[in-house]
Amino acid sequence: MESRRSFLKIAGISALGAGMHPTLNAFASGGSDEGSKAVVKRNKEALTAVRWGMVIDTRKFHSEKDLEPIIKACDKIHNIPEFENKDHEIKWIWGEEFKHAFPEKDSEFLPDKVHHISFPVLCNHCENPPCVRACPTKATFKREDGIVLMDFHRCIGCRFCMAACPYGSRSFNFRDPRPFIPEDNKNQEFPTRMKGVVEKCNFCAERLAVGKLPACVEASNGAIAFGDLDDPASDVRKLLSANYTIQRKQALGTEPSVFYIV
Amino acid sequence: MLEFAFKGSNKYYAWIVALLGIIGIGAGFYFWQLVFGLGITGMSRDVSWGFYIAQFTFLVGVAASAVMLVIPYYLHNYKAFGKITVLGEFLAVSSVLMCILFIFVDLGQPMRVLNVILHPTPNSMLFWDMIVLNGYLFLNIIIGWKVLEAERNGVHAPSWVKPLIYLSVPWAVSIHTVTAFLYCGLPGRGFWLTAILAPRFLSSAFAAGPSLLILLCLFVRRISKFDPGREQIQSLSKIVTYAIILNVFFLLCEVFVAVYSNIPEHMDHLKYLFFGLHGHNALVPWMWTSMALMLLAIVLLVIPATRQHEGILTVACLAVFAGTWIDKGLGMIAGGFVPNPLHHVNEYVPTFPEIMIAVGIYATGFLVLTAFYKMAITVKEEVA
Repeated sequence: MESRRSFLKIAGISALGAGMHPTLNAFASGGSDEGSKAVVKRNKEALTAVRWGMVIDTRKFHSEKDLEPIIKACDKIHNIPEFENKDHEIKWIWGEEFKHAFPEKDSEFLPDKVHHISFPVLCNHCENPPCVRACPTKATFKREDGIVLMDFHRCIGCRFCMAACPYGSRSFNFRDPRPFIPEDNKNQEFPTRMKGVVEKCNFCAERLAVGKLPACVEASNGAIAFGDLDDPASDVRKLLSANYTIQRKQALGTEPSVFYIV
Repeated sequence: MLEFAFKGSNKYYAWIVALLGIIGIGAGFYFWQLVFGLGITGMSRDVSWGFYIAQFTFLVGVAASAVMLVIPYYLHNYKAFGKITVLGEFLAVSSVLMCILFIFVDLGQPMRVLNVILHPTPNSMLFWDMIVLNGYLFLNIIIGWKVLEAERNGVHAPSWVKPLIYLSVPWAVSIHTVTAFLYCGLPGRGFWLTAILAPRFLSSAFAAGPSLLILLCLFVRRISKFDPGREQIQSLSKIVTYAIILNVFFLLCEVFVAVYSNIPEHMDHLKYLFFGLHGHNALVPWMWTSMALMLLAIVLLVIPATRQHEGILTVACLAVFAGTWIDKGLGMIAGGFVPNPLHHVNEYVPTFPEIMIAVGIYATGFLVLTAFYKMAITVKEEVA
């Protein structure tokens, strides 16, 4: 119960942060007016944006090792379990070779380095998220600030969103994950999940709500920038105008909010 | 009429007890899944739908048998089908019931299933699937029951049944269409991203459903005094013939588009299914068996002499049913997930508990089918 309340609070606060409405339905920002409305006070520290986005400068990664601290930071903060069985793996952010991260952009004649480094992949927080379109209960929804979130308490575990996601960014709890969260790694401030629900990267909505940048950004030594895509003066927009960037599977019209400098 | 389902020979009781036993075993395995989670299945992060959803997809097709009788009888006044329409409708009832059960056992949090109604989401195809499946279930129960009851009492069915019968025709098309839309509207799943998926589902449905119905008719003739009729079976076999040819034709259209365009995202799934990809080839023998069975069936059904021979027709119908089952119940879903959108090849093979749960659901469907058919046959014997 406690974790649910705090999740709603976090979702509510950060949604408020978008500055769209004085009160807001904490369940489904994109949906109809249903259910009870959570009235929450706005956190003055909260980081807000019209559309959150991320720019990953892959020139700053030299080997798979460079991704490790980033992935570890995320896993720890979000109580990600460690499974022996790869089929049941929960992944929020992880490394992929270029040919897997960008299957339609691969070519044998690309620079050697491109083929050797590992590219961090995560939920793209699409402007047109196919997962949100597919979800039959609005358990996954897009917030006003562009972040695609999950309500772990509403999800029925049908996995339609996993079929819909063209990036393989979603994981399903094939079994109770709690016994597999490393003991020294537990974060009491973020909910653990139960079996039978889907989860994925949430752009650290819970951290933005209290004025912190996403964990992966903090752990990246400047390789990952995070900011408002709508604000021409933001770091991400400056990087985007100064560098040629690519997005994953751009042709599908999902409009990812995660950009890569290669 | 329901009382007829409770009276029968010792053989009938033995069959019921056997089905109940299988259902019990399936329920036991389901309880295990409920406690442990879907991790007891062969599904994975990459192949997130498996045997359950594939069976659901196939059985939506079987439910079609009803409309292939309703259209000729009610819209074209083909009287011969009046005798067996109710068999088609009751087959539809038990198939749709199995569909709903297969979706249910596939849920990670089944106790939250009502969220689909509590938070209706029209942009989700699953929401519409819930509506069309439940609607089709009730339409067929009501229609089948009322028409059979009227037959028993020697009167015409009440006039309000007629509009429901007409409604059931487009409704039958809708269950296949919406089920295809679950898959074919997803970006990044090249195997399913084809406008011909719904027509393909319909064609395989109109082959699989009526072929099962023929087998059931032949069985009913053997075990009861009610003869569904040679003309009826022959008419059904022509429907199966057209449908299975269309199904193979549509499949070849898919193959042409994927292979000639040479677009990897579309072609690699077919490569995986028919030749294997990067050394993974679990489904290759199955897919070729499916092709062989469907082609054999076409030969046997197209030639009038073999089609008219009921023994050979039985073989042809078994071939159609098995061939379309492999195509849809094994290849269609796993094939869409392998390779995954990141182009990793992670294969799927159902586990023993998963298969036992599926067998339990099939037994439930057969139990319902048995009860309804017992009822229908007893009435038919009575009025004959």
